[in-house]
Amino acid sequence: MPQDVWSAENTTPDAIEAALRGLLRRAHAANELLAPARVLNLVVVIDAERRDEIAERLSGVGRYHASRTVLCTVQEGRTTLDATAAIHYEEPRNGIGVVLEQVEIEIGPRHLAHLETIVDPVVVSELPTVLWRPGGADEVVDRLLALTDVILLDSDEQPDPAAALVRARELLGSAYVVDLAWLRTTPWRERVAASFDPPWRRPALQRIAQVDVRHRGSSRACALLWAGWMASRLGWAPAPLGEGTSGAGLAGAGLAGGATRAEAEVGVRLEPVELRIPGLAGVTVACTDGFALSLDRSPGGLAARRRAPDGEETSWKVLGASRGEGGILGEGVRQALLRDPTYGPALDAARGFCPA
Amino acid sequence: MTAVAAPAQENPLVEGLERLPVHPTALVIFGATGDLAHRKLLPALYNLAHEGALPERFELIGIARRDQDHDDFRAVARESIERFSRRKPDPDVLEGLLDDMRYLPGSFDDDQVYERLTHTLAEFDHKAGQPLNRVFYLSTAPEFFPVIVGELGRAGLNKADRAETRIVIEKPFGYDLASARQLNAQVLEVFEESQVFRIDHYLGKETVQNLLAFRFANALFEPVWNRNFIDHVQITAAEDIGIGGRAGYYEHAGALRDLVQNHMMQLLALLTMEPPTAFEANRLRDEKLKVLEAIVPPRPEEVPNMAVRAQYARGVVGGKEVPGYLEEDGVDPHSRTETYAALRLHVSNWRWAGIPFYLRTGKQLARKVTEIVVTLKPVPHLALRSTGSVGVQANQIILTLQPDEGVTIQLGAKIPGTGMRIRPVNMEFRYGTSFLSESPEAYERLILDAMRGDATLFTRNDEIEALWGIIDPILTAWREDTTSPIPQYPAGSAGPEEANALLEPGHRWNRL
Repeated sequence: MPQDVWSAENTTPDAIEAALRGLLRRAHAANELLAPARVLNLVVVIDAERRDEIAERLSGVGRYHASRTVLCTVQEGRTTLDATAAIHYEEPRNGIGVVLEQVEIEIGPRHLAHLETIVDPVVVSELPTVLWRPGGADEVVDRLLALTDVILLDSDEQPDPAAALVRARELLGSAYVVDLAWLRTTPWRERVAASFDPPWRRPALQRIAQVDVRHRGSSRACALLWAGWMASRLGWAPAPLGEGTSGAGLAGAGLAGGATRAEAEVGVRLEPVELRIPGLAGVTVACTDGFALSLDRSPGGLAARRRAPDGEETSWKVLGASRGEGGILGEGVRQALLRDPTYGPALDAARGFCPA
Repeated sequence: MTAVAAPAQENPLVEGLERLPVHPTALVIFGATGDLAHRKLLPALYNLAHEGALPERFELIGIARRDQDHDDFRAVARESIERFSRRKPDPDVLEGLLDDMRYLPGSFDDDQVYERLTHTLAEFDHKAGQPLNRVFYLSTAPEFFPVIVGELGRAGLNKADRAETRIVIEKPFGYDLASARQLNAQVLEVFEESQVFRIDHYLGKETVQNLLAFRFANALFEPVWNRNFIDHVQITAAEDIGIGGRAGYYEHAGALRDLVQNHMMQLLALLTMEPPTAFEANRLRDEKLKVLEAIVPPRPEEVPNMAVRAQYARGVVGGKEVPGYLEEDGVDPHSRTETYAALRLHVSNWRWAGIPFYLRTGKQLARKVTEIVVTLKPVPHLALRSTGSVGVQANQIILTLQPDEGVTIQLGAKIPGTGMRIRPVNMEFRYGTSFLSESPEAYERLILDAMRGDATLFTRNDEIEALWGIIDPILTAWREDTTSPIPQYPAGSAGPEEANALLEPGHRWNRL
């Protein structure tokens, strides 16, 4: 992919912005079929030691690149503001060539106090701005909230899932939140919704007695969000889960407890299991009449198992390719342009399941 | 007292999901070894599987005359998916999809094929522990449509207990008005209209659907979208290739049937219809039908003044010499089939009375482009001088469907300098720059919609007949005229000179 690069030491945001305009003008003058993408700004603020890891994740999002990515790396001891601006594009073949812009700004801790004055001039003001602060949701986020439309976060990344969900709720009051932990539950939500969609099976939703969520140990937030989604969609009142008896192996201790649906109890169990990638490993929904549906991760999709009320079991494969973590981040960028009305209620219910 | 059926209980889990559930389905493709199945249908199914969009229980049966077994069919399906899928297949997903494929060899008029089909579908229901919906996809030559429909009816496969049965019929739906009516009658003798999904794959294209978004989601355009502000409209579907190896098909079809009667008329309907009250199958199709019925079909004597046909002659396209249509392999050297058609139509209603709509399509033209150019009326009074520049020109709104999907608005702007000189400039929006996601293939959307029973993007029986009703008099006049020379245009040109005669004074064809 061809690119054109500008860089400067001890520079200013205005100079960076002017350099970007210059790069775009130069590209367009050389080939008028080159046109800048105008989708959204993605602002990423990270500590310098995570720079390579995050840059690699950003390069793995495939076609869901932000149109302008502003990567701010914070380096201990740095006093100057250095920057690199680059444009990338595919040579136009049958039509226009779309130009993507990437800015990397190296700053020191002292710049953080006025970070908004550095970032604001560099984003395309008429486009939505998405803020991603990998590994933390701290004062940097608060500092940039005023210029942020969407906050990209990953509740699974926080060591304390309960605190992560509280913080997500706080941020939801200021901007739209795209939570990668929530996006990891998408196929599981879609498939459970589909399994209960035939009209004759919908009444079973009112007879759910137990839901089990199998998840990677570090993805408890994801599991809580899935359980919270079920609770919020089906009108259950969640109650704090306690330490469970199962799953206390290498993957950590599980949680168990329940929710109240009308007068009845619904059991909820979160069970950590060994899993190579973040997210869920499986879910089981069981009803009072003996009907049960289990979905488990499997190559090329989900392995589905259904037990009828008479005890007869059937199993099959539900097809679908895993998106991988690069795909999840790309999906996060894509979702920044959409609005999911069910995340907020699911988040609230998930917090209700958090151990007291 | 009349018993009232209880409304189906809502599924609260679907709220907020982008991908809505599809009922478990068995899809039966008639003509499964054909070109469409290999280039479009099987790759589309793979992409749906890849995205997890297929129903949780999905079975595919291919039916065709070729004598082969399940594994042969799977091998061919694998090859076409690997070759034509818009994404590299995931081996596990591909294997899973191929495992769900079956093949039934046989002739479409053979009762035994339908007996075996009935048996296989019952096996699927039994295996799933529930009745699967059935979608019969007719991807065969059109002469088999009534045969297959009749056989499905005789075999009792037009309905199923506790499951929906739907039939998807590829284009062309009929050859003229009479045959379309006859086919409708044959189909509706066996299936209810709500079960029938007549495909025009153009409607599955994102950019075509976006016409509706452009018109009905923007307050900017609606106030000028009428005869008071619009001067004329041109719809162009130009191709820079010839007929390839499709002489057999094309000789019987011609440009008018191939592109105008379906795709271009659909564009015209979407462009001119009134806003539907909801984006729902019958509301949308009611509005399209209303506007199609407002296009008065020409009387025989009017045809020469409102329609032009032509054939490409030898010429140069992209620097390469190409033969004329009559020199193409498989084409009758005395053929009168048109490779170019241009029409001038009028929509006789309150909104559009008096506004000409020019449609043109052709093969071996200078450039591949599909676009709609809406030219507004000039400003009523011009205070600015036009000396020293090309001057003030009427605003144009150009909706490009391919190759660069987008919208261009042409405005007059001042040329920098001391004088007040004006020239047209473009304000452009290109999908590629504003949506980085890849659009799904039209067939992915349409197959999914058919499985879900959403007919919004499919053509209804009365709509099909209205479309043919407009085109039929032109076809008849052209068929009956066996002596007038067919105008020729050099391959690689913008079309025949004769097409200019359709234009009203002051109008000219937009440059290709």
